[in-house]
Amino acid sequence: MKNPINSLKRFIEQGSDPLGEEMLSELELNRPDADGEALAAPRRSLFSEKPRRPRLIHALYAASSVALCLALIGILLYTVSGLPSFGGADTLADSEVSAFYIENGLKDTGAGNIIAPIILSYRGFDTLGESHVLFIAAVAVMLLLRPAPSDKSALLRAYEYGDDKEEPHDDLILMAGGRVIVPLILMFGVYIILNGNISPGGGFSGGAVIGAGLIMYLSIYGYGPASRFMTLRVYRAVSACALGLYSLFKTYHFVTGFNGIESVFSAGIPGTIFSGGMLLYLNIFVGTVVALTMYALFTLFRKGDF
Amino acid sequence: MLWQNIPILLIVLPLGLSSLIALLRPRAAKLAVLGVISLCTAAALYLLIRVNALGEAFTVKMGEVGAPFGNELYVSHTEALLCLAFDAIMLLSLLAGMRRADEEIPEDRKSLFFTVCSLLLAALNAITLTNDIFSGYVFLEIATIAAAALIFVRRGEGALFASMRYMLMNLLGSGLFLLGLSMMYSLTGELLFPQMLRRSKAILADGRYMGALSACLILLSLGLAVKSALYPFHTWLPNAYSLSTPAASSLLSSLVSKAYIFLFIKIMLRGAGLEAFSESGAANVILVYAVLAIVIGSVDAIQQHNIRRMVSYSSVAQIGYIFMAAALGTKEGCAAAVFQILAHSFAKAMLFPAVDRLVEVSGGEENFRDLRGSGYRAPLAGAAFAIGAFSITGIPLLGGFSAKVFISEAAWAAGGLRMYLALAALAVSTVLNVIYFLRTMITVYRRGERFELKPAGNRPFSFTLGVGFFALVNLYLGMGAGNVMDIILRGINIWN
Repeated sequence: MKNPINSLKRFIEQGSDPLGEEMLSELELNRPDADGEALAAPRRSLFSEKPRRPRLIHALYAASSVALCLALIGILLYTVSGLPSFGGADTLADSEVSAFYIENGLKDTGAGNIIAPIILSYRGFDTLGESHVLFIAAVAVMLLLRPAPSDKSALLRAYEYGDDKEEPHDDLILMAGGRVIVPLILMFGVYIILNGNISPGGGFSGGAVIGAGLIMYLSIYGYGPASRFMTLRVYRAVSACALGLYSLFKTYHFVTGFNGIESVFSAGIPGTIFSGGMLLYLNIFVGTVVALTMYALFTLFRKGDF
Repeated sequence: MLWQNIPILLIVLPLGLSSLIALLRPRAAKLAVLGVISLCTAAALYLLIRVNALGEAFTVKMGEVGAPFGNELYVSHTEALLCLAFDAIMLLSLLAGMRRADEEIPEDRKSLFFTVCSLLLAALNAITLTNDIFSGYVFLEIATIAAAALIFVRRGEGALFASMRYMLMNLLGSGLFLLGLSMMYSLTGELLFPQMLRRSKAILADGRYMGALSACLILLSLGLAVKSALYPFHTWLPNAYSLSTPAASSLLSSLVSKAYIFLFIKIMLRGAGLEAFSESGAANVILVYAVLAIVIGSVDAIQQHNIRRMVSYSSVAQIGYIFMAAALGTKEGCAAAVFQILAHSFAKAMLFPAVDRLVEVSGGEENFRDLRGSGYRAPLAGAAFAIGAFSITGIPLLGGFSAKVFISEAAWAAGGLRMYLALAALAVSTVLNVIYFLRTMITVYRRGERFELKPAGNRPFSFTLGVGFFALVNLYLGMGAGNVMDIILRGINIWN
């Protein structure tokens, strides 16, 4: 069996089409099951239903698409230049929205960071959706890339062709450096999350930092040590808990807010960690989801599994 | 009042449970998802009854602070009806396609498949109910990714390529929509529909930023048109619908693209205002594409020999109808578009499982010539195919016919060039629809030699349940069209 990477290499060396005849014929040969008539048709059918166009029409097609893109760029630039100038006197003069946030943000929620109540409280519904975008992205990648448990050869292939082989293993300098840097990064991420309601930062940024730290740990020490604490079960359980609790807290917020019920979360003393009502907890949940999703996407794209 | 919390439940319940469903074993996950969807359907039905009794729309603040500072939901008759329809279609499609999905989806992927279904349900309800254009975008993203996952959940390179293509086109659509949205925000300074409407009316009266407003509306319309496969952007559709598992095809064609179109109608009617929509030229752009879609989609469907691809291509034409009705630029047109959304969704969601069953009893052959006599071997699927095909063609007493009547009435009332275009497109495409659907109908009920003409048996109960209910709803949409249209119009007339 030919290695797909080889044909990519050939593409770089000789300029042949990487997804051209080579790959397609391989796909045809290796296809486990026929997917109906649509695919049994000529080889090109995977990309277009019509046979390959003659050269001239192909060139015209390319040229017209470039022209179309340029025209679109031109129209968009022209439109943007016609928009009201940012911060100008005549624009959004009576927009009370930002004034309201600035005036009431601290008073309503007790959060010193003005962004935190906007994204987690006033527009918390959007952010709830946004966190689930991350979740469904991870689910989709898992559906796409995780080989069936019965498919032992998939893992073998991942090791054989994966970039794991190309990378240094047990590199003393990296490991020594990682011992210092990784805990610092993780701690910094935790700091950003916990202080999200009083200083710039919050769940998304802190979670991204923690995720980067975890990915760094994985890259330095390899899959062995990382899989001691990050397995698929751990990932699923922790992210499900975080998302479930997040939805629960937000539901409580929606229902109490809409029905005018007094919330048990009090604003607290602005500037302390336990201020800002439920914002602290929301930040922790969002941070957990973001960190785990980043790690999951990285490891799934590299190995196809945890 | 307590029942006014139902809209929150409709979104938060499937959203919150989705991550827990991922932890369950496949069987438990299936039961959990079916339970959640049934509960949402019942809740949506109750909501519709109560809104109807209340007689006016209401908003739901998502938090302590409402418009224009925080997120809101907005519920009128139309939204409640569409929520009910979407939830019911999801339940029935999953039931009708359940056994096939059980066979086609590998065991280790099933829990995640049901997780995706649950997230999709939350996204559909949120898109339908939101009063805020940005929430609409967020949940549109969830629906997009969910749909891609639904296509490739069945293993095989065909489904993989189809979903790749789907993803590329849809990301282009999302990009256009986001561009339009952010320009709209810098133009109006508002994200919630009622405030945005006030601003865009002011811009229309002032005239200074009319060019920018036109560009915004055209971008928003085109973005949603790409995502819901309006004609020149439909190339991802046939493979995506015909290579995924039948339950997924139903969900994709009847729910995902329809929710995008409903968001389009909401933005045009409630966010920008119909005057701005017509004045800006966005209506004309969409109308031209829609008329092309109606004619060329039908011609494409005639050329297909594979029955699933034929059914998929007919979606192109049907989506054209919806956009054409909405692009008439009147409230009646929008109401007719919503009715066509219902009629087509219920018909198409029934056609995919029915066709799959017909194919199954014909030895797995999808070429429509090989389906001879399959209507006798699978009586229920044959009847369902007949009802769905007749409805889409526009035979009286079925939903599609009423939809076409409403669209023609709206076109007649709109007058001018738009009327001639719309009526001509309707007339031409009805003839084309008859050609490909009747041809297939005749084949399905023609005696063939390959198989005996006895019922094949081994029909799963869930299929009977799902398809049976679909057929009843299709009949109701035809015979009770007046009632349904009354509810839609009541909602649209109080939209602000």
